[in-house]
Formats: sequence, C-alpha cells, structure tokens
Amino acid sequence: MKDKLMNLTFRYGAVVVIIGVIAFFSFKLPYFLTYSNFADILGSITIVTFVAIGVTLSLIVDGFDLSVGSTVSITTVVAASLMIWYEQPVIVVITISLLVGVIIGLLNALLIVKLRIPDLLATLAVMYIVSGLHKTYTQGYNIYNHMEFPNGTKAPGEMDSTFLFLGQGKWLGIPFSAILLLIAVILVHVFLTRTKYGRQMYVTGGNAEAARLSGIRVKKVRTLAYVASGLFAAIGGILFASRVGSGQIDAGSPLLMEAVAAVFVGFSVLGAGKPNVIGTFVGSVLIGVLVNGLTMMNLQYFTHDIVKGVVLVLALAVTFYVLNRSKT
Amino acid sequence: MTVSPFLLEMKGINKDFAGVPALQSVDFTVSGGQIHALLGANGAGKSTLMKILSGAYRPDGGAIVGNGIPYHGSSPADAKASGIHCVYQEVDAALVPQLSVAENVMLDRLASPESKVWIRPSQMAAMSEQVLLRLGVEIDVQQRVSDLSLAEKQMVLLARILAQDAKLIIFDEPTAPLSQSESETFFRILHALKTSGVACVFITHRLSEVLSHCDLVTVMRDGRNVYTGSTADTDTNCIIQHMLGRTFTEEFPKVEVPIGEIMLEATGLRRGTKVRSVDVQVRSGEIVVVVGLVGAGKTETARILTGTDDLEAGRILMHGKPLFMKEPADAIQSGIVSIPEERRKEGIFIHESVDHNLSLPILSKLSNLGFISRKREQTLGSRIVDKLGIKTSSGKQLVQNLSGGNQQKIAIGKWLESDARLFIFDEPTKGVDIGAKSDIFRIIGTLASQGKGILYFTCELTEGIGIGDRIVVLCGGEITKEFKRGEATPEQLLYYASGGREVEHER
Repeated sequence: MKDKLMNLTFRYGAVVVIIGVIAFFSFKLPYFLTYSNFADILGSITIVTFVAIGVTLSLIVDGFDLSVGSTVSITTVVAASLMIWYEQPVIVVITISLLVGVIIGLLNALLIVKLRIPDLLATLAVMYIVSGLHKTYTQGYNIYNHMEFPNGTKAPGEMDSTFLFLGQGKWLGIPFSAILLLIAVILVHVFLTRTKYGRQMYVTGGNAEAARLSGIRVKKVRTLAYVASGLFAAIGGILFASRVGSGQIDAGSPLLMEAVAAVFVGFSVLGAGKPNVIGTFVGSVLIGVLVNGLTMMNLQYFTHDIVKGVVLVLALAVTFYVLNRSKT
Repeated sequence: MTVSPFLLEMKGINKDFAGVPALQSVDFTVSGGQIHALLGANGAGKSTLMKILSGAYRPDGGAIVGNGIPYHGSSPADAKASGIHCVYQEVDAALVPQLSVAENVMLDRLASPESKVWIRPSQMAAMSEQVLLRLGVEIDVQQRVSDLSLAEKQMVLLARILAQDAKLIIFDEPTAPLSQSESETFFRILHALKTSGVACVFITHRLSEVLSHCDLVTVMRDGRNVYTGSTADTDTNCIIQHMLGRTFTEEFPKVEVPIGEIMLEATGLRRGTKVRSVDVQVRSGEIVVVVGLVGAGKTETARILTGTDDLEAGRILMHGKPLFMKEPADAIQSGIVSIPEERRKEGIFIHESVDHNLSLPILSKLSNLGFISRKREQTLGSRIVDKLGIKTSSGKQLVQNLSGGNQQKIAIGKWLESDARLFIFDEPTKGVDIGAKSDIFRIIGTLASQGKGILYFTCELTEGIGIGDRIVVLCGGEITKEFKRGEATPEQLLYYASGGREVEHER
C-alpha cells in the first residue's frame, strides 16, 4: 500500500502539484488564469529551459554539466559585445556565440572523457574558468548600446533589431522565444526517443561498459552530449542578451540551480525515472508558475530562491527515494 | 561443547512479486553440522527463498522457526544478529577493497557498537590471522583486498563471517568462479565449518559437488520444493529429472561442421602480467576452446581480442589483414563480437527491455535516417526470442526480470543478425542452469555450422572437451598445450592448466 502510494506520487506527483498550484493561484488571483499571463510565464521560462535541456542531455549520458550557468554568462556578453563593440551582423553574432558554447562543451569533454576527471569536478573547474574569462573579457562592465569606455570613448554599435526580436518579439501574443523553445523541446524529445542516437545516449548513461562492448563509441557519445549541453547553454545566453538588450555580467549564474531543479522535477514526470526532455519542460513550467504566482501575490523576489530550493529538494527527495527503493 | 544443534525450519513460505508467485508454500529445514544443497534451474526460486532467510525479502506467508522459537527478522542486519549469514557470488560487494585483509576480516567487529574506540593494528592482525588459520588458508593479512584474487577474496569473506558467531551460512554458488584446485580448498573449509556445527546451505549448479560434499539435497522447481532427501539416496540423473521435470539426455550437443579457412590469427599477444604470450587461431566453423584455471588470463585475453583493452605487443590478423583496435566498436566492425563474462555488468542492459537489448548492435539497420522503426525492432526482437527460446512474457519485459540463462541468451542473441563472424565467449555458462546451458551449446553449434568462428574461454574442463574442435590450454598468461577433439581428458587438461607441475585428478 505504502509502496503503491510512493509510486503514484513518483508518477503523477509533479503533474498533480502543477495542477494544484495553478488551481490555487487561479482561485486567489483574478488575473492569473489569462492567456497573456500564461504567455508571460512561457516567456519567462524559455531561457532557463534551454539551459535545462543541456543539463538533461549531460545527465542522460550519466554526466553532469555545472558549467552551463557561466556558459550563458559568457555567450551573453560575447553576443552583446560583437554587436556593440565590433558591429558584426546578426548571423556572425549567433554563429560565434554558439561556437563559444561548443568550445566550452569540448573543453568539458576533454577533461571528463579524455583525462577522466569526475564530471562534477571538471565542470566545476570549467565553470570558474569561464566565469573568470567573461569578466576579464568585459573588464567587469555590463555591455550596453554606445557604452562609454573608461578612456572616455564610446562604443560604436548597438544591438541589432532582428537580434532583439529573438528574445523580445511576439507572435499571437506568445513570445517568439517560447515558440523556439517548444520546437526545441519537441525536436529533442523525438531525437531522444525515436532515433538511434538518442537510444545510444541513454544506453551509454545506463551502462557505459556494456555500451562500449556493444560497439557504441562511448567517448564520442559523451563528448557530443557535453557539446550539445554547451550549445543549448549558448542558445540560452543569446536569448538572454536579446531579452534584456544588453550584455549583463554574471547573467547566467542563477540559472544553473534553476535548470538543475527543472531537470530533477522532470525525472519523475509520468514515471520516467530517467532524465527526459518533456519532464524537464514540465519542471520548468512548475517553477515558472510558482514564481509568477508568488510575484503576483506580492511576495518579495528574494523569497523566490527559497521556493525554488524547496521545489528542488522535494523533487530530489521523491526521485531518489523511489529510485533507490526500486533497486532493492 | 555442543548444546543442541541449531535447527532452522521454514514452513509454508509464500512470496509474490507483483502478483507473480515466486514461492508457493515451500518447506525447508536446515540443521547445524549439515551441508544442505539447494538446487534448481534459474528462476526456480532458490535465490528468493534464501533472500527471505537472510532477511532481504519478507515472506508474504508462512513461518520461520529457529530452534523452536518463531523468528521475525525483517532485515539483513537482524538475520546477521541471529547468526544467519550469506556469501553471495559477488564477493566484491561485501568487502572494502581499500582496506587490508585484517581490517576486512574484523570489519563487523569494528562496526559493532560494543567495539572499543581505539584499534590496535597488531592485535587485529593477530586475530585475523587466527581466523584465517582456522580456515586453513595463508594470506598476508597486511595486503590490500583489492590486490587479491577472486578466490582469496572469497576466503577473506568467509573468515569475516567466521569471526562473528555464525550459525547458518548460505553459499550462493561459491564455486562458480573458482578453479578446480581452489574449489578443493573451498570444500575443505566447508567441511571444517560443518564439523564446527555450522549449518551450511549450498547453492550450486555443479551436481558432482553436491553428491560428493553435501549431506542433504533439496531441489526446487517453479517456486516449489519438489524433492528433499539424503544425497546418499540419490544420483545425478535423479536430481536432474527433478530439476527439469523431464529426463536429460545429452549434455553436449555437438554438430560436426566442415572447417574452413583461417579467420582469426593472433600471435604473441602480451599485456601486463596476465597475458604474457598467447598465440591462437580460429578457422571458420571451428570451435576453439581456451581452458584455463581462474587467473590464467582468459578474460584478459578475451578483452584484448575484442578490442576492449589495448595490447602491448603482438599481432592480430583477421582474414589475413592486420587489425588495429582501439575500441570494441573497431572489433565489431571487423566482425569480432564478445559475450563477456560479467554479463549483468557488461553484456546486457538490465534496466532496458528485451527488444531494446537485442536491437542495440544493429540499430543502424533498423532505422531510416537515424529514426528507429519500432515495427522492425519488434519483429527482430520476437524473431530472436523465438529462435533462441528466450523465456519472456513479451519484448517489452525488462531484462532484469529474466533468469540468468535467458539473460545470457540475450547477450548472445543481440549479435545474431549483426555482421559478426567471430564470436568470443567468456564463461558463458557461469551461473546458468543445465537446461539453458545445453541451449547455449546448441546455439554455439548452430553458429559454427553457419561458418562462424567460435572462441570459447572457460574453466570448465568438461565443457571444453564436450564442445571444442580444438582445445588450447592457457596457464599463467601463456598457451601451454593444444589438443585436437577427442584427444584430451580432464586429467590432462588440468595437468597443463596448472602449469604441468602439479598433477591433480578430477574426482
């Protein structure tokens, strides 16, 4: 009986909580259950969800990428500086920003796959390096249109309007970035569940040695997972720059824990018991709904971290309690 | 010294797993000073019964009575406290590899609440030496456990149990990973335990061990106790009949196959201290058996030939072309596939379904533009399940719920429709019941008749004689002797496998 209850909690817990939270806020707040508010929520979670997709991919191959937060930070300032300092066209801006994410992913893979440093430690170190790099690159300044340099000169460029559309534009009242996100979630979901590459990733994460002996090039799979993780963090960074219209220092650091929380809430969604992108999306929505509702209830913004932390702890508790139980 | 001998009775034990009955009113009795063999095909319920006894599972019905007092242990710790211990096949899980032998032997004493805060290393070493002496084994107690061989680790584990006050010890296939001479040592220890009044439950697949070492035998089939009796009143055929529920005729189905041209030719393989100098040839249609005792370098050689480990020196030719393998994927591309010894860890994915396991090596063939065709995956799955007689409720069944023999069939089956030409088996019959064993030999025979090459590593000498077209003896990382089919006897094999220095005869 108790086991059954736990399994039910595991399977539908996250979904029930989301419905409960939405019901609660709808009852309490007159403007909560409106199309525009839901569009807002969707808009507010896009960046963190892109980052969370990357974390999901690294978790699937039984790794962990802590460097995603600083990858967001560095790609944000790189994207902004390319336009504001160097007046580059949008296509170049996006390509180089994505490339930065790929390079960070490759660096992670080098440390983890080649030098065999444990994933948490390697990506922790890379997190620091990248974080330092982005501050060094900007000399600690935020990058905004026609910013003034310490020597009195002004930056030549400003943010491109096409670029700004990525993060600020709307379509039928829905943020353009949210549409991008939905497409990405669907594509990644299909990739993971229906293609041989997705299968190979899950199998690698499930039992790397057996995967290797079955002819899967495990090192390649893990490398690509970290590269993909860097790439999705870079997309998050680009959207961040576009959303705020400037290059903010340390933009990504709060995103790491939020992304991790979303992924672990997603672990248990519909009883998957493994990292999966639909679950990650649901986890993100849960956090987004909570923050949105609490904000509308005039809760101070610094209490949000408490809420997010509690959500993460609950998700971890349910996930690991049930997972460990099913093993014995 | 003796009070009354320890007596433990299990009465009418029932256990269901998700509605599927695993045990149905099983009675089982052990008493001190007895070795009680527990036999049964994989999936017959032996492990479940023993897990209930050792407190890992709780029975759904029935009673356990120890010396007339109902016993309500509900955890392995409770069971240990009442003197019931279990030696699992995976001895590594029960030892701490970073600690010394002495520390491992005394581990439970260190962990007990009554132990002193301060530890005197010299005293601990002396005490553990004493315990090991009782077992009649000599191991340097200062050595780290991670440096020991599997057989030595098992002895350390036994010593550790003996250091506590054990009344009943369950041995789960303790001899499966041991070589013949190591098994001898093991049985000496077992008899020593028996005479000191310990009740021993002995799970095994080797019937000869049962008949020559055990007092009582219980046979289980389909979750029931189908036979209990004295070993003096029974024989191999009788036991096998009870296990299978039918008569068992041929143990080694061997098909004569024309042998073709040379496929694999490896010369001068060397890696570390385990593989010193190995030359081996396999022709198409030929079954080459490499026999060797545990520690002879069989697994290590297999891992080199399958590209799992790099070789330090030597040459591997496949169809005359030199191979340079960095990863198993390279070996597989050249048609060399492996069925590894540690099947749960290396051969199959226990958390995945049967279909997903079987389709893994040929996903590319089953997909269009990278998209897996579920239909093709399912038909492949059911085709192989039928062909190999894998007992599973459906292709969606998780492999962890299958018995050992069926898991092994999956480890083999996943290669059937790949381009594999050379199959490398490492101890494929380890922990597999007799029925599945002969199925596996039949599968190997079929593969050979299709012109595949088979390289079969084993420590079971009789298996080598039974199925091999050629038998190569490996000892200390070197090939010491080669026999043609029909030439070898177990005695000869053992002679060369143990270095040609000491002659031991099989019973």
